[in-house]
Amino acid sequence: MRVSPARIALYVVSALVLVYLILPVLIIAPISFSSARFLTFPPPSLSLRWYQQYFSNPAWMQATRVTLTVALLTVLIATPLGVAAAYAISQSKLRIMRLIHMMLLLPLVVPIIITAVGIFFVYAKVGLVATLPGLVLANVMLGLPYVIISVLAGLQSFDPAQEMVARSLGMNRLRSFFAVTLPQIKSSVVAGGIFAFISAMDETIVALFISGGQYQPLTKRMFTALRDEIDPTIAAISTLMTAASFMLVLLASARQKKSG
Amino acid sequence: MLALVSPALLVILLLIVLPVGWLAWQSIYHDGFTLENYRRIFTEDIYWRSFALTFEISLAVTLIALLLGYPVAYLANSVPKGWSILILALVVLPFWTSVLVRAYAWLALLQRTGVINQLLRYLDVISEPLALVHNTFGTVVATVHILLPFMVLPLYATMQKIPGDLMQAGASLGASPSLTFARVFLPLSLPGVLAGCTMVFVLCLGFYITPELLGGGRTVMVSMLVSRNVELYNQFGAASAVAVVLLVSVLLIFVAVSRFISLDRILGQK
Repeated sequence: MRVSPARIALYVVSALVLVYLILPVLIIAPISFSSARFLTFPPPSLSLRWYQQYFSNPAWMQATRVTLTVALLTVLIATPLGVAAAYAISQSKLRIMRLIHMMLLLPLVVPIIITAVGIFFVYAKVGLVATLPGLVLANVMLGLPYVIISVLAGLQSFDPAQEMVARSLGMNRLRSFFAVTLPQIKSSVVAGGIFAFISAMDETIVALFISGGQYQPLTKRMFTALRDEIDPTIAAISTLMTAASFMLVLLASARQKKSG
Repeated sequence: MLALVSPALLVILLLIVLPVGWLAWQSIYHDGFTLENYRRIFTEDIYWRSFALTFEISLAVTLIALLLGYPVAYLANSVPKGWSILILALVVLPFWTSVLVRAYAWLALLQRTGVINQLLRYLDVISEPLALVHNTFGTVVATVHILLPFMVLPLYATMQKIPGDLMQAGASLGASPSLTFARVFLPLSLPGVLAGCTMVFVLCLGFYITPELLGGGRTVMVSMLVSRNVELYNQFGAASAVAVVLLVSVLLIFVAVSRFISLDRILGQK
């Protein structure tokens, strides 16, 4: 096959862009395993000292506990709320549902910095600043669109007539949902929950404004640390966070594929 | 059905509609109605410059993302399935890495003693380290990196829908590959271009982490104006007014674009 010069240029440009995309993700791991205090390339020798520093520092550990707690609670709350909302949106023929659907996607449209400052003002009035419930609630709001989008996609390939059949056989609406519908959209529910978890784990800007004291998540501490100096401990934490995200995404996409 | 959707709706109302409404109220009310906060945005230099800079950076980031993203989407669309999955995976992979982690990575790559400067010095390309970060350049490099997937995915989705027969038809009628591309493929991919550009531009307008960490204090984007007014100066009214102007800009862009393509197309990618 003849390969035109334009085609070769396309390959080269695309390859460079892909390197640009992937390089920062790949560079973190070697830094985190380097023994050097400052970045040197290639790393002088391998060491686990930054991991040690992370795991032995009570402040980092407390922040990790906050992040995991918040992310887990976010999933536990956002998933059922999102599934219920997505089900209602897909089944209802009310005209107002279109408006509600749009409103539920607002967190994706409003610049996050605006959401963050607004929540900060409201929380300041009601005493939710620097509390765990405040942090969880904000992340539930931010995670909802991911659950809703994922579950709506799952429901699109589901035939509601099946639920009608179950109901005509005497099941009530709730039971028929759990017995017939939910098992078939399970994969997209799990995927939506995983995305909500990752969103809560990575969330930084809202946390910068509303978290404080002992309830600061990892991202807030990382951000503060990054403003001051470049501490390779952050490379170790970043590597762990990235590994966690990737494993969760693989899990989610494996799930989604199964549901077809 | 309304009962099922109401808990989620309540969360949205309390945690985004109410806060944004509060901002709007606070921007015009402080012991009586006032437009002082808005007057300041349009008359005082710092505000005006920051808005201008934000739009300039967003425009630059959008154009660069389009120039980098289009070839990748085109390639992913024109290679066999296995390859396109690999290309898309490489595009989406950074998407699921925390923005903060990627900002850190760019710091590590671009700083004076960073990987790129060391490599260039090792190769004797430069003798003095280049100032690649703590300026607008570093901000743009990292921001484009973070927003590029939002460009590639809608582009790819649109290109997928362009029937391959059309290109063959063009070729069979004697047009050169570049002519069929310019007259057939490119125009048909424009909805994707519009969707991608809108998303990138709008997200960039509100970007906070990269300019804050990589801008070196000189690149004051609108989002930083908001946070500084809150955290440093306790100027809640001023912060609110800036936020409202930013939000109105974003909404106007969405409204304008939705006349050409459906909003689902812009938002439904992630």
